[in-house]
Amino acid sequence: MIELKSVEKKFGDITVLKGIDLSVEKGEVISVIGASGSGKSTMLYCINALEKIQSGQIIVDGIDVHADQTNLNELRRHIGMVFQQWNSFPHLSVLDNVALAPKLVLGKSKDEAYSIAEKQLKHVGLGDKLDVYPTRMSGGQQQRLAIARALAMEPDYMLFDEVTSALDPELVGEVLDTLRLLRDDGMTMIVVTHEISFARDVSDRVAFFHQGVIEEIGQAQQLINDPQKERTQQFLSNVR
Amino acid sequence: MDYTFHWRPVIKALPDLMEAALTTLEAAALSMIIGIVLGLVLALLRLHGNRPLYLFATVWVEIARNTPALLQLFFFGFGLGAFGWHLSPFMIVLCGLSFNNAGYLAENFRGGFLAIPDTQIKAARSLGMSASQSYLHIIIPQVFRLIYHPLTNQLVWAVLMSSLGMLVGFRELSGETQFLASNTFRLFEFFLAAAVIYYLLVKIVLGTSYLLCRKLFRY
Repeated sequence: MIELKSVEKKFGDITVLKGIDLSVEKGEVISVIGASGSGKSTMLYCINALEKIQSGQIIVDGIDVHADQTNLNELRRHIGMVFQQWNSFPHLSVLDNVALAPKLVLGKSKDEAYSIAEKQLKHVGLGDKLDVYPTRMSGGQQQRLAIARALAMEPDYMLFDEVTSALDPELVGEVLDTLRLLRDDGMTMIVVTHEISFARDVSDRVAFFHQGVIEEIGQAQQLINDPQKERTQQFLSNVR
Repeated sequence: MDYTFHWRPVIKALPDLMEAALTTLEAAALSMIIGIVLGLVLALLRLHGNRPLYLFATVWVEIARNTPALLQLFFFGFGLGAFGWHLSPFMIVLCGLSFNNAGYLAENFRGGFLAIPDTQIKAARSLGMSASQSYLHIIIPQVFRLIYHPLTNQLVWAVLMSSLGMLVGFRELSGETQFLASNTFRLFEFFLAAAVIYYLLVKIVLGTSYLLCRKLFRY
């Protein structure tokens, strides 16, 4: 379970998260929507401690993420993350992109790591690209590679940071399909997204962020189809 | 133009010249390896070091890049010698060239590090890699790709710069040429021959570097 308790995050003088409370159960899919700059992505970066927080607490499976004694490298094994700019490692083949972390971090043998990598790449539909270098692939393929790379660590949670925002429109579908696949596998996911219909159809709950606070949170269908707060209504009518 | 060329002494001395050319290559290659290691460290100190370490690295880079290489060599020769610390001619050249290479390469590395987006580090760390694992496996290999050609450039420069060794008594290609030329009084012939050998050495370095590049970087 991931729990955020009154989380505050500042960049210099600017408070980006103003007291976020959120809990995500095992197996749950939560989509986070809201305008750019509302703090959605920053929240994800705080959950795996790529960004520090100023006050509050984030607890993942009983571990206080931002406590000094927390072993972050150990913690991050359990939390996969996929970025807006897929960040594939350009100097490694597709197979090595995925196999590297299992080898280095989990201490798997070369053979084991490659067989894990191959399995995950097939899972996301890249079984025929193993020896290709990422720069030769489309954005959608690279994003699926990034998903496979995170999955190879067999994480308990997956964080998705606007994974379709940088893609050409015709490539969005293949990545969203991969996310659906994960949901069907029972993966716990927090998905920051601008794809409203995806949020409605795929997630259990949707949280609407506005200027660093969760303005509204609720069952996906209900929040998208029948938002209660005025700001949520405004946002949803603007993006439709 | 009443100079008469006499090539026989040069041809007789060719084995000696070739051996000296190997010494040149050896000094350049060794100083390059040391320079790469030190340059990498200096670049990291300048990017991430605390104030004293940053200053140390910066002073090194400033001196290496903004004073004549000859004076840097003299420092390790006559400079240290004045304090009773006598290095062999080979060590003087190796230290001088390594010092110089490290200074130049540090700036190449620094530029390389700055050119890698920090999202690469974030991606590596998000997979549970430690900071040093991320640098070793993700960042540094990409930096080497970025600065491979400037690196080759510096190696060529090191081959040519090693000729300064003759001024501290090192018998590399230039030192050997000087020695043979003054023994036979065929200065023009010997230095012409040395120039040709230098040229060929550099061509070999460039060719090897090109082949290595194709093998190492397939993306």
